[in-house]
This record gives sequence, structure tokens and C-alpha cells, in this order.
Amino acid sequence: MTTVAKFEINYLQYMDETGTFVSKEVPPAFAQDIDKLKKLYRDMCLIRVLDQKAYALQRTGKMGTYPAATGQEAIGVGFGSALNKEDVLVPYYRGQASMIQHGIRMEEVLLYWGGDERGCDYQDAKEDFPIAVPIATQMLHAAGVAKAMQMRGEKRCVFTEIGEGGTSEGDFYEALNVAGIWNLGVVFIINNNQWAISVPSEIQTNCETYAQKAIAAGIECIQVDGNDIVAVKAAAEKAAEKARNGGGPTVIECISLRLCDHTTADDATRYRPEGELDEGWKKEPILRLRKYLESKNAWSEDDEKTMTEELTKEVQQAVDNYLNTPVDSPEAMFDSLYAELPERTLAQRELAIARGAK
Amino acid sequence: MAAITLIEAVNLAMAHEMGVDKDVVLLGEDVGANGGVFRATDGLQEKFGKERVIDTPLAESMIAGVSIGMAAQGLKPVAEIQFMGFIFPAVDQIICHAARMRHRTRGRLHLPMVIRAPFGGGIHAPEHHSESTEAIFAHIPGLKVVIPSNPSRAYGLMLAAIRDPDPVIFLEPKRVYRIEKHEIEDNGEEYPLGVCFVDREGTDITLISWGAMLHETKQAAEKLAQAGISAEVIDVATVSPLDIDTILESVEKTGRACIVQEAPKAGALGSEIAAEIAEKGVMNLLAPIGRVSGYDTVMPYYRLEKQYMPKVEHIVEEAKRIVEYR
Repeated sequence: MTTVAKFEINYLQYMDETGTFVSKEVPPAFAQDIDKLKKLYRDMCLIRVLDQKAYALQRTGKMGTYPAATGQEAIGVGFGSALNKEDVLVPYYRGQASMIQHGIRMEEVLLYWGGDERGCDYQDAKEDFPIAVPIATQMLHAAGVAKAMQMRGEKRCVFTEIGEGGTSEGDFYEALNVAGIWNLGVVFIINNNQWAISVPSEIQTNCETYAQKAIAAGIECIQVDGNDIVAVKAAAEKAAEKARNGGGPTVIECISLRLCDHTTADDATRYRPEGELDEGWKKEPILRLRKYLESKNAWSEDDEKTMTEELTKEVQQAVDNYLNTPVDSPEAMFDSLYAELPERTLAQRELAIARGAK
Repeated sequence: MAAITLIEAVNLAMAHEMGVDKDVVLLGEDVGANGGVFRATDGLQEKFGKERVIDTPLAESMIAGVSIGMAAQGLKPVAEIQFMGFIFPAVDQIICHAARMRHRTRGRLHLPMVIRAPFGGGIHAPEHHSESTEAIFAHIPGLKVVIPSNPSRAYGLMLAAIRDPDPVIFLEPKRVYRIEKHEIEDNGEEYPLGVCFVDREGTDITLISWGAMLHETKQAAEKLAQAGISAEVIDVATVSPLDIDTILESVEKTGRACIVQEAPKAGALGSEIAAEIAEKGVMNLLAPIGRVSGYDTVMPYYRLEKQYMPKVEHIVEEAKRIVEYR
């Protein structure tokens, strides 16, 4: 027997949980710029404040089911900040961090989870896809968008995100396969938060890593510390540059831990082993970047207080905008179904208007 | 101007639109060098290149999902699913995304895409190659479902389907792919979607059908004429959205209706048409509505296929029963 192919999976981490740069590699330029790191810190904190507020809204009956991303802020903010305005984001349901990075408004995110499709009518991210609820289906949309860009010779790229559980779906493999064959400019982010609702990785896969699923599609892949925003962003920027310049797709597995329930409708105490959360909170991404900033005397308790006040205000403004958005008119159910509503359905539209007026 | 078959008309329409609109691209399994297993895309890769006539890997969900991504970017993908029996992996993408994208983004993104699939029985094909499952798609708001019955309509409706700004499921009755030829001028003139065609005028009964079954229906009308019964024949053509007005007008005139479909009877398009006639035209009826259909069973493998398919004599028999009803 002879070996016909050999593979290895590389792991990238710049900053460990103590907020210390531990990598032998030179940190990327953005990580040597303290203002840029402060901005990333602020953006991660914004997501945490937003998620807390969204939870409170749901618990007080002002919003529907919501999936927080607590503990995974470095992933969405990290890769989201690697996108250029003209790139396209094809998000998954827990994608608020990357969505907001790419110009989708907080009030749109809230409006969507508040049960209103107008939350998908992004005012500042016209080409981005709405959240795909059926798991993994978005992977293929991203491939299709990248194919269109390739056909038109555009130097843009596409990012899409998926949970580690989603990588068990057929659409995930189909998307990787076609992206590899066609050399598409798409970056697949696997958000490995170690839980697919209640199912841990040992029930999800027999692979050592999720990144290696890319190997069967002939795609370059890397595993990164998803709690290290420097690693996430560095890997994402590199993959984006490659994708924009005809270098093809990349799979980036970001390892993190979901420090919250799956959604507001979930109770993780039913399945999460004791002690996991305590350990998890020690490694989470916001704390470690704060430790680093503090070690450089670039962050103080006062800074933290001022920022939190600002973020709370910012989120509250978005919440007010969401809550002040009146319920859509009944005819909205019909008005964007087709470019032109079929004759036959017009009568139902009239009926809905008449019934709604009562 | 040449006389061409239904499948050649599909090819001609796609070639026409690719010639005038650079955004039109074809993709699917074996659509390139092979020209499709039925030759629907024959010669098109040679003419328009591999970039616009794309051989895909073997994955139907991917074909639909990638088409959605392309269409959201303004391309007009025309995707082939090799047989309708293989469309089911793509149904998640078609129903959960293609049908909903315009609605759920309030018109921000829309999908000018066509999914073509040969369907129906009668050609001694392997298992899963002969079903008529158009009702599954006709049930889904946000989709249009079109079934041409002859070469002229295949040409005109395919042009309309490609030009339509919303997703169209274009189902090709493969049993009649090559059964007749029409003289077709390649002038780019489309037929309207959402409109039934009256193929034969009559006064005693309205026979309503679509796709391959229209051929049996027309033959039945001929036989009925010989027996002194004047049958009007309607080709539904667009099964969703349904042009019920044309059907109701005809039934108002004839007072009798018989729906002919190859699909199983229950929960089918014929059920919907019958319900509409009952709701809106019952006072015009001189007799109960009749249906001639396949049986409510699994489409049999080909040794029993003939036993399953509705035949001319079944239509004649049912039409006579309705006309003679007192």
C-alpha cells in the first residue's frame, strides 16, 4: 500500500485566555493598533448588551423567540469586520454580530425576531441575505452568490456562517463540494459553540475537527480559537482577500462555547454538564481582550462604565425604534408575494383588508 | 421556419433568451456536452460556452440553492432537475427559500429563476421517473407552476417563465416530448403565464386538462363529437396561479365539467378546480362535476403503467355519463 494523500489541520490562536499574545507569529497589523482593538472590544460588548436586552424583551412578552450569541461575540464581530461593504453576507440565525458589523441595523434584527418580515428589508445592506432558518440551506445561497460574482468578474466575496451541528446537513457538504469544484470566492465560517441545542459534538461527528470536513471538498481549511478575536479576524481577512482575488473558498472553524441557552425557548440546564459554564466564562472573548487592553493601560474602569452607558443607550434607541414600529397592514401578507399578485389572490387580499378593518 | 417537437421548442426558447439576455444561464446535471438526458439543452454549451451552460455536480438541493444565490444577484438561472422524481432533495430550497424570498424581504430580493423538470408517465422509465406531483408545487404560494402541452406553448411559456421576475417551476410532460411537431417562428414572442387556453370550442361539456393528458382529452373530444356531443377543451397550462375565470366562463356556457389529470385523484389540482367550480359556478351546473385521473396509489413500475394511465375511452365514458345525467 502507498499513501496517495495526506492532510493536516492547523490551529490558530494569537491571544490566550489571560489576554496575552502567545503565538510565535507576528500579530496582524490591526492587532498592533490599540484603537482598532478597542473598537473590536466595543463591538463585542454591543452584541452582549443587545442580547441581554433582547432576552429581557422576550421575557416581558415584547419579542418572540431569540437566539443569543453570548460567548461567541468574537466570531461574528471578528469575521463580520473582515467584510467590505460591497461583499455579501449570508447569515445564519445566530448571526446578529456579523450582521450588525455589515451594516444591518439592530432595530432590523429586533424587528425580525419580533415577528416582522420588514426586519429582513435591510436598508444599508441591500444584497445581504435574510437569516436562513432551515439549517445549512444558506451555504448554497452563498455559493450561488459567489458564482454570480465570479461570472461577472467582480472582486467581491461572500461570507456565510453555520453552527457545528449544521455541518451534518447535506446542504453543507453540497455547498463545500461545489465551491471547491468551481473555485468560488466564498468563506464558510463554522461557529463551533459545542452545542446543537442539546447535542454535543460526540453525537454530531466522528471527526477530530469540523474544519477537516473541507478536505473532502478540496478546500483549504483552518481551525481557530473562536474566543480570540485576533485569530478569527486574521483568518477571515486572509480568506476574504483570497476569495476576492480568485483564490477560491476557505472553511474556518471557530471554537467557542455557547454561554447561554440555545434560544429563549431553551433551558440548557437540562443537558449542560455541571461546571462547564464556570470554565467557559474564564475563557470567553470579551474578558480576555479587556485583560489585554488593561495590560497595555489602554482601558480603565471608567472607560468601561462610559462605554456601557453609551451602548445601553444605543441599544435602547434600537429597541424603541422596534417597539414603535406599528404592526404591518393585513395586505402586506400579499403585497410582496409576487411582482404582481395573481388575479385569483386579489379577492383574498380585499377580504383580509375588510376583515382587518373590523 | 421548421416544424419542431416540444423538447426542441424548450431548447429553442432557452437559446433565444440566452441570445438576447446575457443574464440567462443554464445549469444542471449533464446539461453541457451531453445536452441533457432528453437533449433539452442540446448544442447550447457549444453555442454559449461552459460559463453559461454549466454542468453541475450531482446534487439537486445544490442546483436549487445555488440558483437562488445567482438569482438574488440578478442572474436568470434556468436549472434542470433531470427527472421530477429527483426534485425532492431540492424541495427544501424551493419551498423554504425560492417561494418566500421576495415576501420575507418585502421585495428587497427577488428570484427570477426557472426550475425545469420532465415529469409524468408513459415512457417505460425506471422507478421514480414517472410521477405527476405538480400539485405539491401548485400548493405553495410564491411559486408559479407551468406545464406546456405542445411545442408552441412550450416555446412561448418557456420564454415567459425565463422573463418572469419570480420563481417558475416548469414541468415538461416527457411522454409528449416528441409526439407532434409545430411550425414555430423563433420570434421571441411569449405566451402569457396564468392564462388557460381554450383549445376546442364546444357547448355540451367542458373538458379541463393540462400537459400530456391534453392529447387524450382532445382525442376524446373528437370521439364525443362523432357521438353528437360538443366538448370544449381547456388547456390549463399554468397550474398555479390558476386562471379559474376562463374555466368558469366555459362551464357557464356548457353547464358541465370534467377534469382530466394523470396525477392521483386525491388532494390534486383537479380537486382544486372542482372546488372552485362548486364554489363559484354550481348554479350553472346541469350535472355533478366529473374527474378522470390516475389512481390514488403509488405510480406503478412500467409493466402496470398502462393500467394506471387514464385513457381516451375513460374520458369519453365519463363525459357521456355527465352529459346523460338526469
